[in-house]
Amino acid sequence: MVVGGNRFGDRVFGLCNGLFLSLLCAVMLYPLWYVLVASVSDGNRLMAHTGALLLPLGFSGAAYRMVFNNPMVLRGFLNSVYLVIVGTVVNLILTSFAAYVLSRKHLYWGKLIMVLAVVSMLFERGLVPFYLQVKALGLFNTYWSVILAFAISTYNMIIMRTYFLGIPDSLEESAKIDGANEFVILFRILLPVAKPVVATMVLFYGVARWNGYFYPMIFIQDRVKFPISLILREILVDGSTDTMMGGQGAMGDYARISESIKYATTIVATVPILALYPFLQKYFVQGAMIGSIKG
Amino acid sequence: MLWKDFLQNRYVYLMAVPVVAFYVLFYYVPMYGLVISFKRYTPALGILGSPWVGLKYFSDFFQSYYCMRLIRNTILISVYGLVFGFPAPILLALLINEVRNRHFKRLSQSLTYVPHFISLVVVCGLLLEFSQIRGLFNDIVTWFGGRRVPFFQDPGYFRAFYIGSDIWQEMGWGSIVYLASLSAIDPQLYEAASIDGAGRWKRLTRITLPSLLPTIVVLLILRLGSMMTVGSEKVILLYNSSIYETADVISTFVYRKGLLEFGWSYATAVGLFNSAINLCLVVGANALSRRINDTSLW
Repeated sequence: MVVGGNRFGDRVFGLCNGLFLSLLCAVMLYPLWYVLVASVSDGNRLMAHTGALLLPLGFSGAAYRMVFNNPMVLRGFLNSVYLVIVGTVVNLILTSFAAYVLSRKHLYWGKLIMVLAVVSMLFERGLVPFYLQVKALGLFNTYWSVILAFAISTYNMIIMRTYFLGIPDSLEESAKIDGANEFVILFRILLPVAKPVVATMVLFYGVARWNGYFYPMIFIQDRVKFPISLILREILVDGSTDTMMGGQGAMGDYARISESIKYATTIVATVPILALYPFLQKYFVQGAMIGSIKG
Repeated sequence: MLWKDFLQNRYVYLMAVPVVAFYVLFYYVPMYGLVISFKRYTPALGILGSPWVGLKYFSDFFQSYYCMRLIRNTILISVYGLVFGFPAPILLALLINEVRNRHFKRLSQSLTYVPHFISLVVVCGLLLEFSQIRGLFNDIVTWFGGRRVPFFQDPGYFRAFYIGSDIWQEMGWGSIVYLASLSAIDPQLYEAASIDGAGRWKRLTRITLPSLLPTIVVLLILRLGSMMTVGSEKVILLYNSSIYETADVISTFVYRKGLLEFGWSYATAVGLFNSAINLCLVVGANALSRRINDTSLW
């Protein structure tokens, strides 16, 4: 749209559009800014404050000290790191297995496996029977419940399969002549070639694992095993910071900074994802593209 | 023939084993488990041993006061989501597309989809915080001369907040696919149109929108297929018993009855009823998509 750029109406439009989009971006970011600012604000002033918060009210690292010294938050954080790493590795292995199997053109049982996968997307399994099955498998109250029960997202698997189908067969043929078996082909040839889609998968799965709260809430009972999302839910949604306090400090102290503790915990739980954001942005975009077109 | 295929592809089949096991264990066994909606399930008797009760739980549900309320709430949230949430990313993409400064274009694009990656727990936690009687939203209301309202205690506001926060979180992410379609439009079309005297509006309605139409139709149809689906995850974080009137949807009801109140069979029956409708909608939407667009989900 380069033509007629000097007309008055166009310039007014451009200006309004720019203003509107800037405002929109501000609205998108403001909640995060608010959290950041509130987390370093002085507790007393934060409690007394109403209205928009643009700059920190005073400055205090007390909330962060409290959060970092809190065994539950630290533990939740480490639990989440574990869940993300092990979970995403399992996701990648199983998803690439499935995508590879389903990208074979002349597989006798291939069609059947595809039907198995597609029907699982169309018909819901039912929350209660799913819950009972996870229990029956003895996975209840272990991380394996969420890791294994969500080992493959069929959407992601189909994205990966589509990508595999686009890789020329000749690549594989030559490896086969050299005597490579299919495991070698998948891990040494296809996955390296499919790097963009693998990166997309790592992101989709990783972010979902880090952020997910619902199934951990159902399946994991021991508080020491809670991932950070569940700790965050207690603090942020249920509004109880008392689990946090674990008997440290005087009551007054505690009430004073409990507001900023909410926000400090939110920052701690959100930073890992936002820190990766600039680096992984191009993959996000790619992923969203493949994802939204395919389903 | 079969044996030869098996031998030749033995490693492929070896890879298929955990995949098939996954689908069977976590999808098909639970699907079989749906039979408990026709039985009076108790853990002691198990799925097989529990006595059959026929359609008792279904008729219990259809006769209950909850039935209509849940269906209404689920559909209304979907419909409002469709009306307000669906066009939002399209409009955003059109506006971003009009930006001439490349840096600003990229920046506004990247910033608008940040919320997509923020955890639902954080989004809902902040939403509740801002909606409190002394919260930010109420401050804004008072600037305009309104009175403070406890938004999440009043059933009248739930849908607006649910849809609004959805738009906030997903608008930027949703616009990516439209922006990609927009960037695929041949710029010569615009130049030719301008030479012929087409203004901004004409170019929009005659070139841009027609080029976007296929994408819009595909996504719209997919959306229609999920009209009876409102996920429980977000609602559970936001609602409380004082706003069940508008906030309680089928999935949250199933979760509450099934897992919190141990009405296993009853909840399963409600879920099965919902899944059956969803299946029809998805199959119908897909048939429609095949007809209009020649694209199919499967």
